[in-house]
Amino acid sequence: MAGTRQDRLGISPTAAGKHAILIGYSFIAIAPVALIIINSFKERMPIFKQPLDLPTAETFTLAGYETLGKRGDFGAWLGNSVLVTGGSLLLVLLLGAMAAFALARYRFMGSRVLGLYLAIGIMIPIRLGTVSLLGILQGLGLTNQLAGLVLVYTAAGLPLAVFVLSAFFREVPRDLEDAARVDGANDWHVFAMIVRLARPALAAVAILTMIPVWNDLWWPLVAAPGVPTLTLGSQQFLGQFVSDWNAVLAALTVAMIPMLVLYVVFNRQFVRGLMGGALK
Amino acid sequence: MAAPASAPRTRRRIPWSVVGFLAPALVIYTVFMVLPLLDSLRRSLFTASGELAGLDNYVTLLTDPDWAPRFWGAFANNIVFFAIHMLVQNPVGLLLAVLLTTRVLRGRTVYRTLIFAPTVLSVVIIGFIWKLILSPLWGVMEGAMEAVGLGDFYLPWLGLQGPALIVVSLMSVWQFVGIPMLLFSAALLSIPDEIIEAARTDGAGAWRIFRSIQLPLILPTVGIVAILTFVGNFNAFDLVYTVQGGLAGPEFSTDLFGTYFFRTFFGFQLQLGDPVMGATVAGMMFLIILFGVCLYLFGAQRRLQRVDP
Repeated sequence: MAGTRQDRLGISPTAAGKHAILIGYSFIAIAPVALIIINSFKERMPIFKQPLDLPTAETFTLAGYETLGKRGDFGAWLGNSVLVTGGSLLLVLLLGAMAAFALARYRFMGSRVLGLYLAIGIMIPIRLGTVSLLGILQGLGLTNQLAGLVLVYTAAGLPLAVFVLSAFFREVPRDLEDAARVDGANDWHVFAMIVRLARPALAAVAILTMIPVWNDLWWPLVAAPGVPTLTLGSQQFLGQFVSDWNAVLAALTVAMIPMLVLYVVFNRQFVRGLMGGALK
Repeated sequence: MAAPASAPRTRRRIPWSVVGFLAPALVIYTVFMVLPLLDSLRRSLFTASGELAGLDNYVTLLTDPDWAPRFWGAFANNIVFFAIHMLVQNPVGLLLAVLLTTRVLRGRTVYRTLIFAPTVLSVVIIGFIWKLILSPLWGVMEGAMEAVGLGDFYLPWLGLQGPALIVVSLMSVWQFVGIPMLLFSAALLSIPDEIIEAARTDGAGAWRIFRSIQLPLILPTVGIVAILTFVGNFNAFDLVYTVQGGLAGPEFSTDLFGTYFFRTFFGFQLQLGDPVMGATVAGMMFLIILFGVCLYLFGAQRRLQRVDP
């Protein structure tokens, strides 16, 4: 292809234009986040006078983080978020894989109807049932309980999980299963075998489930304000401490860090999960 | 879509193990999602004291002077919110995807990682970040605009009735542009290189290739992105609640169905919570989302039939 060499060196006019747009947009995407993190380490005056400067020896301070340590319950909120997200992930993956296995590998009366019944939940937001769901949670004694949130998120996450996983399970060749059955494998053995083969799909479902659960404000706010997750806790903390800029910037940074670390470490899985496995 | 190689075994009675595999997921999904949705719809048809009200609550919501202005206000705002996503977020996502899927491009992963980063963060965090940046107290945005000679155009937008909704919409666009970018990238990568190469050999330029080859081939993804945007937008809540508060100020100018539903059901400040009207607002949101989904499914169905008779 003509021009390949130039493109690779990044000097052809078209390539330069592309890079200019991409660099420009990357800057727009990351600058606000970077601005918050940088200023969270600065004294109050420099935050206002030189917001764009990196912290120096004179302007550096951890005052905001000390306020958080004293007044915020960030440790507890983080723990709540980890438990809720972890519990929901576990249930969505396990129960979703089981249901997907049944729907993908067996044909029985009503299997198509059941598949459709579950698929409806992909498009209809669970929030619309809040009025009645709160009553159900109350009846079961699950308000202000992390377990209540886990069940709600599991119900909301299952439809997409079953949809993605059953499409994947259908691709596993029948011969593999038949061979295993000849060797005496029961349903659970076959299930375990197919799940092992579907690890990329499970990773994708894990990402798709995790992001909205971790970041959700609605359900912690309406169903479990007594056990705040990191998202709800930060929301309330930030609203309360509006005038303490050091604390606000530190709180934002602390609230961002778990997700940013996960994102950087599992970048490939994030991208692949959201691209539906199309990117090798 | 089942491949012939993996055709399920012949139809038979439901084996017990299948029940065991399906039951836990079906029970949780039914109890915590389907039943609440149906029960909420049912409650919207009854009065607070439990008498059948038919569609009275809906009539109240859509016509009563106490309810209708806020409802139609949220409706109009939600349409603007959605329109801005369709006109800004999705075209920008598509442009970025086209650039990122160019065959020879250094730094592809770095760009993608940076551009997608805001998407994984909580809407609450994003809302606060932008609130601080746009605040006249901090003055970062004002300073940045002065630096490029646009200082005179700076206004405290979030406090102004006209621009607040647009600015809040753009915050959301900024955060979520990564999703259409990734979905379009996946679709663009699935187009065989040979087709593009052949067109290029025939002398087609980048725009021509995009218009005549790439765009038609990724139309199904355009539909998926549109319906995902629609459902997400008509159920959005977190951003407005965080940035503008439960009253979606100034003067309800950023009120969306999500915040309207929240205030109606739980009450806010002087307003008392009202479960029946809350269920009615949720019922309207359900109908609107259902309408969008049906429109999408109908469109997708027709296109499939045209392409594959």
